[in-house]
Amino acid sequence: MSLTHLQRLEAESIHIMREVVSEAEKPVMLYSIGKDSAVMLHLAKKAFYPSPPPFPLLHVDTTWKFKDMYALREKSAEEAGMELLVHQNPEAEEMGINPFDHGPLHTDMWKTQGLKQALDKYGFDAAFGGARRDEEKSRAKERIFSFRTASHGWDPKSQRPELWNLYNAKKKKGESIRVFPLSNWTELDIWQYIHLENIEIVPLYYSAKRPTFEYEGGLFMADDIERLEKVMGKRPEITERSIRFRTLGCFPLTGAVESEAATLPEIIQEMLLTTTSERQGRVIDKDSGDASMEKKKQEGYF
Amino acid sequence: MTDPVYKTDALIAEDIDAYLEKHQHKTMLRFITCGSVDDGKSTLIGRLLYDSKMIFEDQLEALSNDSKKVGTQGQEIDFALLVDGLAAEREQGITIDVAYRFFATESRKFIVADCPGHEQYTRNMVTGASTADLACILIDARKGVLVQTKRHSFLCHQLGIKNLVLAVNKMDLIDYDQEKYDAIIADYKAFAESIGIESFTAIPISGLAGDNITSKSENTGWYNGPTLMEHLEAVEVRSDANLAKPFRMPVQWVNRPNLDFRGFSGFISTGSVKPGDKVRSLPSGKTSTVKSVVTMDGGLEQGIAGQSVTITLDDEIDCSRGDVLAAADSPPEVADQFESTIVWMDEDPLVVGRAYWMKLGTQMVSVTVAEPKYEINVNTMEHLAAKTLELNSIGVSEITTDKQIVFDPYEENRALGGFILIDKISNRTVGAGMLHFSLRRAQNVHWQAVDITRDDHAAMKNQRPRVLWFTGLSGSGKSTIANEVEKKLAIMNRHTFLLDGDNVRHGLNKDLGFTESDRIENIRRIGEVAKLMTDAGLIVLTAFISPFRADRQLVRDMMGEGEFIEIHVDTPLEVAEQRDVKGLYKKARAGELKNFTGIDSPYEEPEEPEIRVNTVAMSPEEAADYIIKQILPLK
Repeated sequence: MSLTHLQRLEAESIHIMREVVSEAEKPVMLYSIGKDSAVMLHLAKKAFYPSPPPFPLLHVDTTWKFKDMYALREKSAEEAGMELLVHQNPEAEEMGINPFDHGPLHTDMWKTQGLKQALDKYGFDAAFGGARRDEEKSRAKERIFSFRTASHGWDPKSQRPELWNLYNAKKKKGESIRVFPLSNWTELDIWQYIHLENIEIVPLYYSAKRPTFEYEGGLFMADDIERLEKVMGKRPEITERSIRFRTLGCFPLTGAVESEAATLPEIIQEMLLTTTSERQGRVIDKDSGDASMEKKKQEGYF
Repeated sequence: MTDPVYKTDALIAEDIDAYLEKHQHKTMLRFITCGSVDDGKSTLIGRLLYDSKMIFEDQLEALSNDSKKVGTQGQEIDFALLVDGLAAEREQGITIDVAYRFFATESRKFIVADCPGHEQYTRNMVTGASTADLACILIDARKGVLVQTKRHSFLCHQLGIKNLVLAVNKMDLIDYDQEKYDAIIADYKAFAESIGIESFTAIPISGLAGDNITSKSENTGWYNGPTLMEHLEAVEVRSDANLAKPFRMPVQWVNRPNLDFRGFSGFISTGSVKPGDKVRSLPSGKTSTVKSVVTMDGGLEQGIAGQSVTITLDDEIDCSRGDVLAAADSPPEVADQFESTIVWMDEDPLVVGRAYWMKLGTQMVSVTVAEPKYEINVNTMEHLAAKTLELNSIGVSEITTDKQIVFDPYEENRALGGFILIDKISNRTVGAGMLHFSLRRAQNVHWQAVDITRDDHAAMKNQRPRVLWFTGLSGSGKSTIANEVEKKLAIMNRHTFLLDGDNVRHGLNKDLGFTESDRIENIRRIGEVAKLMTDAGLIVLTAFISPFRADRQLVRDMMGEGEFIEIHVDTPLEVAEQRDVKGLYKKARAGELKNFTGIDSPYEEPEEPEIRVNTVAMSPEEAADYIIKQILPLK
C-alpha cells in the first residue's frame, strides 16, 4: 500500500499546521479567498478535526475584490466555525488608493502595509499563507517557516535551515513567522485536490458569460461598473464574453481568460493544454522588472 | 532535442476524467541533485522540467530572452537560467541555497532539492538530503571523480540516503566513450565501498543534449541500463520502506474539542496502527488500546506511515505533546546520553558544555554537547582531533539531555533519530544531528508505569516527602542530632528513616573504600536510595560527612523542587577534634588514617544551606527543635 502524492502532500501540510499551533502563541490564517486559500482552509479543518481550527481567518481586504469572493469569504468562515477578521488599511481608504491611479502603490498600501498593520494590531506571531514554491523562481528557495523581523522584513540570507520535518519556531518578542503549508504543492496538485475533495471555490474560476472590458491590452471583468466608471473617469466599453479566471485578486488587476471550461475537469484540462503560466494574468509580477517578487518580499509583502 | 513526452498525454484532450483518475494514483519521490559548480546540475534540472513540460510558453519566452542576455549557451536555450533564482545568485551565476523544483510524469510527482556544490555550503546540502529518498550525484565526464563528488556522496550516505545515482554528465564532450565512462565508474566504486556505500546506479547522460534523460540515447549503444527518468520512476519511496517498521507516532497536539473526545494528533513516522492495537506511550511506559484512527473523512481501518491522523484510546492515559505512541511490544528507547553525529550550521562555533535547545520529533529539551571525539574531514573522510565544531564541519560527539527522551537510532527511523540544535539566545538553528545509540545502555530498562504514584504514597502518610541531608565534619554531631530529629518526628506520627554510616557502609556500600572516587560513589548511592525512599513517601534523614559540594549538588538535583534540605552541622575543626568521640582524629594526626576530612582531605562548607546549626551554641536537643521548627509544616 503506497500513499499517493496528494495524500503525502496533505499529510505534510497538516503536520505543519499542527506544529505551528503547538509552538506559536497566536497564529492566524491569511485567507485571500482564492483557490489556494480554499485548499489551505480545507486542510486546516482536516488537521484539527473534530475541533475547529484553533485560530482565526484574516482577510487583508483592498475593497477591490470581486463580489463573488466576498460572498464565499463569509460562507467559508462560518462553515469552518472560525472567526473571520477583515482588515482594510484606513490610510489607503482615506487617500482613495485604487489600482487605476496608483499602480504599484495600490498593492503596497492595501496589501503590504495593510497586512503589517493587521498583524501588529492583533499581535499575531505566526501567519499561514497559501504561497507555493512552484509559483515563482524566488519562492522556490523560500522556507516553509519564513522569519520576519519586528518590522516584517525578510532577509533571504538569514533564513533558518529546515531539516527533516523539524521546524524551529523559536523567536523573540515582536518577531513573527510566515508559514507556507502548501510550499510543495503545484498548481496541478491544487486543482486535482479541489476536484478530489470537492472543495468549494469562487464561481469565477468556472467559465460563464460575464461583462468584460479591455484595458491596456488585458481582458477584465466589470464587476462593479459604477465604481469602475468613477475611478476610470469614463464608463468602459462592456462586452459579454465567456470568461473565467486562473487567479483571483483585485478585479481591476486580475486578467480574465476567454474560456469554455465550466467544470473542474475542464479547468484542469484547459490548464494542462494551455501554455502560459498562472501568474501571467496578474499584473503584480511585472511591475519592476525581473526580481520583483523577491523585492516585494523583502519589503514585507506576503 | 528530445520531444517533450510527458505532458502530451492524448488522454488530456480526449478524456480528461480518465486522465484525472489515472493521475490521482501517482506516488511521490523526493530527491536531491549534488554536483560541483560546473557539473551541469542546473542544466539537468532545467532539462527535466522542460522534458516533462513543466515550462510554460511565457516562461520559455522569458528564458529565451534571458539566455541571449546572460546565458552561457550562445543563442541556445540555457536551461540553467530556469532554475537559478535569487537576484544575487543570478549575478554570480551560482546557486547558493537549496531550491525546490517540481515536475511530474505519468506515475510520479517529483520534488527536487537543488543543492549547491560549494564547500562552504555543506549546511545546505545536508538540509536538502534530510528529506530525500534518493540522491543524484553529478560528475563531469571530462573530470571524473573529484573531491566534491566524494564529499557529496559521503554526506548523502551520512544522512541515510540508500538510493544513490551517479549521473556521469557531459558524455557528449567525451564522444560517449565507454572506456572513459567505465574507468570513472570503477574509480567511484572503489571510493563508495571504502565509505560503506553498498550500491549505486550509474547512468551516462548529457543534460544539455538530452542523452538518457527521458529516452535511451543512440549515442550510448553500449549502455543497457535505465534512463535517468526510468530509474527515478522505479525506485522505492522511503515512506513505503517505513511501513514495515514498528509503529511510531510522535504526539504533536492533544485534540480536545469537548469532554467526550480526547485524541492524540500526529504524523505516523513508521509502521501502521489500527483499532484494537496495543500501544505504549513513551516515556511514561503506560499502555492502552487504540479505539479509533480519526480523520475528517471518517475513521480509518488502518493508519500508515506518512499519514497525519488523530488516535483515540480506550483508557484515559496521560499523554501530551512530546510523548510518542508506539507499538506496545516494540517500543522505542528512552535515554538521556547519546553518541551522535553533528553537522554545525552556524557562523558561531559550537560551545562545548553550553545548553542548546534540541528538537527531536515533537520533543524540545535542553542538551549539552561534549568535546567532539573527532571531526570528519569531508574531503578525505579522515578523523581529526577537534575541540569544537565550526560552520559546515561534521563530527561525532556525546550529548546529554536534561531529561529522558524517546528515540530510535537514526539508521532505523529518521523521525526519532534526527534532531536540530537551536541557540537559546539567538534562536537560530545552529546544528543538526543524528543519534546513533544511547550511552548508558539504559534503553532496555523501560519504566514500569505504576498506578500508586509517589503522591499517593505521600498522601497515605499524610506528609510531604523530604530529604534532611546532614553534612559536617566527623564528630560534629550529625548522627546525634539526626537521631534526635527522627525521635521527635516519630512522636509527631511521621514516617521517617535514618541513613547513616552504620546501616549503609555495612551493606549497600561495603564494596567501597575511602578513595575520592569511592566517596563520590558512596554519596551517589545514598542519594539514589534516599530518592527511592522519598518516592515511597518517607522523610529521609542522612548523616554523612559528604565533604564535596559537587556531590551534594548531584543529590540535590535528583530530588524534586524543595525536597532536598541541606543541614550544615557547623562545628569548628578544633571543637570536633577535641571531642574526638571515636578517636579518629588522633589516628589521622598520627598518619594511621589517610584521606581524613579536615586533616588531609578538604571539607567544602555549604554556601547556602537551607538550615545551619551551631553545635557550640546549641545542645543536640536544641538543635533538633530548631530544625523541626524550620521544616514545618510537614504536610
